Amino acid sequence: MSETHDHSNEHDHATHTHDGKPIQEDPLPSLEAQILEASVRELLIEKGVISADDVRRAIDQVESRTPALGAKIVARAWDDSEFKALLMSDSDEALMAFGVDMRPTELCVVENTDEVHNMVVCTLCSCYPRPVLGVPPAWYKRRDYRSRAVREPRAVLQEFGTQIPDQKQVRVHDSNADLRYLVLPQRPAGTEGWDQEKLARLVTRDSMIGVSDALAASDIGG
Amino acid sequence: MNPRFQPGDRVKVLHRDQPGHVRTPMYVRGKTGVIERVVGSFPNPELLAVGHSGLPYKMLYRVNFRQGDLWEDYGGPAEDTLEIEIYEHWLAPV
Repeated sequence: MSETHDHSNEHDHATHTHDGKPIQEDPLPSLEAQILEASVRELLIEKGVISADDVRRAIDQVESRTPALGAKIVARAWDDSEFKALLMSDSDEALMAFGVDMRPTELCVVENTDEVHNMVVCTLCSCYPRPVLGVPPAWYKRRDYRSRAVREPRAVLQEFGTQIPDQKQVRVHDSNADLRYLVLPQRPAGTEGWDQEKLARLVTRDSMIGVSDALAASDIGG
Repeated sequence: MNPRFQPGDRVKVLHRDQPGHVRTPMYVRGKTGVIERVVGSFPNPELLAVGHSGLPYKMLYRVNFRQGDLWEDYGGPAEDTLEIEIYEHWLAPV
């Protein structure tokens, strides 16, 4: 419970704020939520609804997804214009080839160009395209990133080492509802003729969130 | 369900006095933007959050705002924008 405002008459959620202030500090983890989770889990196991192994398996599955899958998708989009067109217009259909099911959400792919740099944040909690990128990085869930990415995106980008020239538009996507966002970074120069496997090595997690560009060809020994 | 708004329409985000789990952040309330796309109809999250079915579904849009319209003292170029998903009952025509 935060010291600065009283939540006693409404639902409390460790990652929500209701006062609309642009800069927020992270609260301490909620002991109440931890106790609730443990109690429900233990009851479900005790009553035979689920097993401890089911819980472990579900966690294992969530954590086994990594940004390598997103990198493969981006590399294919760079290499195959037909696939890219499908990915931009009907991502469900395009992702079937990778065994990815985003339901009940939908993936919205936003493309970086010479004119626009895209960057993704979820100001309300930490919505993230987990089926293609895995578990979000810790900073993505922090209140300072979530509040500052919409308020001063260029300053945040600069702190990530990403300098966007003034003549290029920065477009922030607040992932606040039913879509999840994947940034399609620009294909680096000097990668003509590369196969998809080699191209994928240039695609980092951060470049698919939009806080950086893809690696340069020289970064992987070109 | 027919969408009330089309891409390019100017809309204003309402100040609804509504407690509970809403998906419309404070910083866009009262602000004017442009419909970027009609996303489709989805269960109403305000009802889902309290154990209901989410029916009737609500039409969802992506709305584009100029950063300068969201923050009076925005420090970046005037072309910078922000896009966010807003349900139809939070939008009014301008």
